[in-house]
Amino acid sequence: MRTIAKYIKPYIRRISLQMLIKISGTVIELFLPAMLSVIIDDYARRPGGEKGVWLMGGLMVVFALLAWLGNCCANRMSTNITREITRTMRKDLFQRISTLSAAQQDRLTDASLISRLTSDTYNVHNMIDRMQRLGVRAPMLLIGGIIVSLVMEPVLTLVLIATLPLLAGTVIWSSKKGVPLFTWVQEGQDKMVRKVQENMAGARVVRALSRTKWEQDAFGEVNDELAARQRKADLTMARVSPLTSFILNASLAFVVLVGAYRVDMKITGPGKIISFLSFVTIILNALLMVTRIFVMYSKGSASAKRIEEVLLMENDLEQQEADQTEEKEHLVFDHVSFSYNKNYNNISDLHFAVGHGQTLGIIGPTGSGKSTLLSLLMRQYDADEGEIRIDGKPIQSLTKEELHSRLGVVFQYDFLMADTIRENIRFGRDIQEDAMLDAIDCAQAAFIHEKEGGLDFELNVKGRNLSGGQQQRVLITRALAGDPRILLLDDCSSALDFRTDRELRHALRERHGLATTVIVAQRVSAVMAADLILVMDKGHIIGKGTHPELMENCPMYKELCELQLGGDAA
Amino acid sequence: MNGGRGAGRGPAFAKPKEKTSVVLMKLWRYLEKYRWIIVFAALLSIVGNLLGLVSPRLSGAAINAIENETGVQFPIVIRYVILMIAVAAVSSLIGWALSAIMIRLSRNVVNKMRKDLFDHLTGLPISFFDTHQTGDVLSILSYDVDTVGATLSTDLTQIISSFVTVVGSFIMMVSIAPQLLLVFAVTIPLSIAITRWRAKIVRPLFSRRSRMLGAMNGYSEEAVSGMKTIRAYHQEDEFNDRFRYHNDNAVHATWHADHTAAVTGPTVNLINNLSLAAVSVFGALLYMARDIQLGDVSSFVLYSRKFSGPINEFANILAEIQSTLAAAERVLGLLDLPKEPADAPDAKAIPHCNGHIRFQDVSFGYEEGHTVLHHIDYEAAPGKVMAIVGETGCGKTTMINLLMRFYDVTEGQILLDGQDIRSLKRDELRRQFTMVLQDTWLFDGTVFENIAYGRDGVTREDVENAAKAAHIHEMILSLPKGYDTVVTGSGNSISKGQKQLLTIARAMLIDSPMLILDEATSNVDTQTEKRIQDAMLQLMKGRTCFIIAHRLSTITGADCILVMDKGHIVESGTHQELLEKKGAYYELYHAQFDTPREAA
Repeated sequence: MRTIAKYIKPYIRRISLQMLIKISGTVIELFLPAMLSVIIDDYARRPGGEKGVWLMGGLMVVFALLAWLGNCCANRMSTNITREITRTMRKDLFQRISTLSAAQQDRLTDASLISRLTSDTYNVHNMIDRMQRLGVRAPMLLIGGIIVSLVMEPVLTLVLIATLPLLAGTVIWSSKKGVPLFTWVQEGQDKMVRKVQENMAGARVVRALSRTKWEQDAFGEVNDELAARQRKADLTMARVSPLTSFILNASLAFVVLVGAYRVDMKITGPGKIISFLSFVTIILNALLMVTRIFVMYSKGSASAKRIEEVLLMENDLEQQEADQTEEKEHLVFDHVSFSYNKNYNNISDLHFAVGHGQTLGIIGPTGSGKSTLLSLLMRQYDADEGEIRIDGKPIQSLTKEELHSRLGVVFQYDFLMADTIRENIRFGRDIQEDAMLDAIDCAQAAFIHEKEGGLDFELNVKGRNLSGGQQQRVLITRALAGDPRILLLDDCSSALDFRTDRELRHALRERHGLATTVIVAQRVSAVMAADLILVMDKGHIIGKGTHPELMENCPMYKELCELQLGGDAA
Repeated sequence: MNGGRGAGRGPAFAKPKEKTSVVLMKLWRYLEKYRWIIVFAALLSIVGNLLGLVSPRLSGAAINAIENETGVQFPIVIRYVILMIAVAAVSSLIGWALSAIMIRLSRNVVNKMRKDLFDHLTGLPISFFDTHQTGDVLSILSYDVDTVGATLSTDLTQIISSFVTVVGSFIMMVSIAPQLLLVFAVTIPLSIAITRWRAKIVRPLFSRRSRMLGAMNGYSEEAVSGMKTIRAYHQEDEFNDRFRYHNDNAVHATWHADHTAAVTGPTVNLINNLSLAAVSVFGALLYMARDIQLGDVSSFVLYSRKFSGPINEFANILAEIQSTLAAAERVLGLLDLPKEPADAPDAKAIPHCNGHIRFQDVSFGYEEGHTVLHHIDYEAAPGKVMAIVGETGCGKTTMINLLMRFYDVTEGQILLDGQDIRSLKRDELRRQFTMVLQDTWLFDGTVFENIAYGRDGVTREDVENAAKAAHIHEMILSLPKGYDTVVTGSGNSISKGQKQLLTIARAMLIDSPMLILDEATSNVDTQTEKRIQDAMLQLMKGRTCFIIAHRLSTITGADCILVMDKGHIVESGTHQELLEKKGAYYELYHAQFDTPREAA
């Protein structure tokens, strides 16, 4: 909650003003019955009091209008304030998510991040909004009621005050139970989000395998669980207000009883007890409202905690100072090892260097660590051992800007947005039309020009209105358009036919020859012209060299070539 | 800054506004079966309200016993005190029971609604998933459904009990001073008119709020799933700006609705206060004219306050009801989307399938007037292997879409064993195929569950055998929990190629007469591909196969190769025949051996 308080703090003046106006509105409204009694008790009984009746009536109208103005004003102010707070909080949350490390995002999961961005921020929004609207009146009436009754009948008030620990206990107990319960509800929500996400992504497969019924049942389970959690949380919180109202009503009975003794002892009169009781009713109503606020608070603060967890996450990929070394090579992996689960190494003792403008080819069986190597180079994760250097500087010492502006990357199954092709290529960067057209040409993506509207062709969700090969070429265009100094291509031509693939490689060599290129591929033809080829297996480099060298001394590479290119390739 | 980009496409489900009565009728369908529970709840709330009225009388009686000429009569006082505690206990119990009932009811309704939505989703045409953001749908399943649920659990009973109080007070007022009711003849219609007028203004704003929240959710989902790429391009700031655009929209729409609705409550309150003023003035004047007694004026005022209390409450609830209606509209809008056209009533089951496929002059376009397949005509005899090759974007995957009836042909027909596939039960048709796609799909479950997914009653042994055949067994054993490792949570330690192998293992467990391999091994390395070749052949044996592959070495053994270009079949024949033709296939085939040696 401390973080959320930070968001509320700048508005504390406005909130105070809003509360003041709200209080004034409420007080003005409380005058109305008083005026009414003046009309009926004074003027109506006085002969010729018509004038006074009309006057007072007129005054009532004026006060009613004032109350209206105050309440409208206060309500609107509270929506204004809530808007600002929610806006900033959600913006910051997204910003923080965008700077999380890949490992952190994996741990939190996408589904949970999405529900934190949406449903949790909404819960907090509701809490702040309702607190402002209800939060003033209730405590004010409560405190006011207690003060007045203390003045009126201190001893009887003590009976009431005696119940306060009980009431406080109830409220504290409920919010103590409530926060974990609502956290648990939100976790159920995460599961639901994941299930729906999964199904929308896999709609084709689910149908192809006729698993619709199965998926419906699986969702039913997740959904039932969510509903059960919500029910449990709601039911627990629903105990609070009957419990408090019972405690108060029972104490009312005790007030009567104690009052009876006091009347008997002639310390007080029955009239006082009557008016005292009417104050108790006000206190009761105020208290019920306070408990409602606590329920809202529990729900809101469970969500606030989830938001906070992300906001307060430590940067685990901090930039570190390091000295520039005299190194001519562009990219260096210096005995690098890494493990995702810190259980067994996904990459062990990688050691190689690539010069400026050179091409590095990486080939090897699935799961041999090729993509992991690229993730480390992009610093999605930090190596467990060893060091990766670019231009002689450890990548930990580069700012994100320095590191990523050097890179042009295409992942396997990369990210396409529901937007125009132009935007998907531009990807937020400042890229001239010429550079874009050049990149399209180089990436063999001329098909774009044939689309309706060309670059302004609107892609569907995840680019699904393009074929697999077209998607890959748009992605390659994106990587090339920034004219990167280092180009990372992770098996990005797997859906291209060989002719297109070959033309792409030619074009890359001709036009982006100055860029240092790292190509991960399944096809030998994609890497064989590289200046350095790494053959990887189970996280180790088992062959390193040029094509002819590897043909000599790496049996696995040789086997691959023979398999893919026929025996005459060497 | 370019925050406005990508906002061009409007959020989904912007259905034309339905009349409130229609929305309510449809909502009632969810409540119908609980009608007796609702009646019971209403009775409970009436009893609770009555008890609320009894309590002051008891304390009154106790005080009477205190204020006695003979001194305090303790036995009577104690009796009433005990009664007061008893009434408090009972009314608290009733209050608790009432909210428990309504919570259960609303949770059941919400649960059912969400389930219906999901079930409906699973029946929507594939094109829906290609054009709608997951996040937007999620927003309906969470925000909109919850909004409806919240209203049901709290506001419904409140409305019922308010209604009871209003009717009761009205009767009392009529019996006391019918003349004074004239005041209400003015103010009540006025409140109603204002309420309706406000509702009319506010409702579209709440609809907009739901839509904008949906759009923001859609964007969040898209951006979060693409975050790795965004970071790789160091475009965090730019995407922050774009998110800010959606956030601002959502926040603004929320504010606009709340801000406008914020006036409704105080306004209705104002009218009540005005009517109070009017009642006091006219009551006093009537009393002065000796038409009514002073006591009547005061009780009339008391009842009129009782009367206006619930109306105030109602006006406050009204804003929530408007947001509920707006949310319900979106829920119902999704439920009203047409499903995949239902099977014709005379749709045939497929008791036995040979796997004979014939494309008969098939043309197709995803959008009208934009044909992507032209006059496709070929035949696949049972057990034959058909390979489809061609440049990317030539329509290969579209052909598969038609075969699986993810889309239906625009012209011509596809025949399975001589019957138009549109005349068959869709589910059964799909069951005749096993499909392995390039875009592997694994769900959040264990490795075992993912492999066993395609068939019921699969044993551990079956799964292990399939995994062994797909050469993924060893790798699975190296995972922290072997076959019980959960896949997606730590998706990173499983590579894309390995995921493809998992889906191949999945396919191996499914027994169907036809097989579709759409770039099934594109991310698998060649050695592994060769190693699983036996298993693949085993998989293909006796089935009609459709294979799409760029690595032509995998399809040289096909019985027939269809070469496609821009939606036409330009060549067909066996590998040998096509090579001899020296046409398009010849070129394609040789492209892959044309190694970049020329650069060396």
